[in-house]
Amino acid sequence: MKAYLTRRYLFSASHRLHSDRMSAEENRATYGKCNNPHGHGHNYTLEITVSGPVDQRTGMVCNLVHLDGFVERELLARYDRENLNVLPEFVATVPTTENLCVELFKKVQRGFHRAHLERVRLEETMLNSFEYRGGNEDHRIW
Amino acid sequence: MVYLTRKAEFSASHYYHNPEFTPEENSRVFGKCNNPNGHGHNYTLEVTVKGDVDARSGFVVDLKQLKEIMNREVLDAMDHRFLNKEVPEFFTHIPTTENLSIAIWQRLATKLEKAHLHRVRVYETPDLFVDFYGEQ
Repeated sequence: MKAYLTRRYLFSASHRLHSDRMSAEENRATYGKCNNPHGHGHNYTLEITVSGPVDQRTGMVCNLVHLDGFVERELLARYDRENLNVLPEFVATVPTTENLCVELFKKVQRGFHRAHLERVRLEETMLNSFEYRGGNEDHRIW
Repeated sequence: MVYLTRKAEFSASHYYHNPEFTPEENSRVFGKCNNPNGHGHNYTLEVTVKGDVDARSGFVVDLKQLKEIMNREVLDAMDHRFLNKEVPEFFTHIPTTENLSIAIWQRLATKLEKAHLHRVRVYETPDLFVDFYGEQ
């Protein structure tokens, strides 16, 4: 019996959207207020969905203690209360929520092997969110 | 094909325990959830059905009928109950959110007539939910 488990986490970080490949005018035109050189912050909500057969002995897809521990150690400790632009992964990549979502997906996929990673969904504000499923989307609705 | 989702809420208590585990294993695997006195949650259930829109009624499914089935099969059996002791599926299975979503699917799947069950989603808390799409 395959089931899908989703867990939500919160972290806060700042960023500035600015591309070195664009002129100052282009940056302002493209990113608007998000191009403010001093940066600005968000309370991000991270949703991680993993799947797998329900273990008959535990009744679980994976033990939440393990997932929470991994996310706390590898993601929240790295990104919470940080300026995304100064982190190595965003030195050459604009820290849009799209790129952050893909980066988070890759980190979970590389480091967490106790269940299959289905998707990462990231809310930047209550009004916008982004999701990444690693390029192998299953066309069912969520 | 159109998808329709109906929500419901119920409150229940449960605890996690595998009789084949030693007390130490139960405590290590299930942590606080192993407390035999149980603890409770306000669950939110989302049932999604899919089907073609009926040309005469404009419905995918009769919502009143769906609500009655959800009430009869799920809420009457589980709301304000101790899942381990009062819901037969959990005499033999651990009432995790995973197994709860499977049990609810099995209770509903055979009772729906025209619409097909697509997904059962059970929120244990606002920060944790499980989706089940039937046997895949």
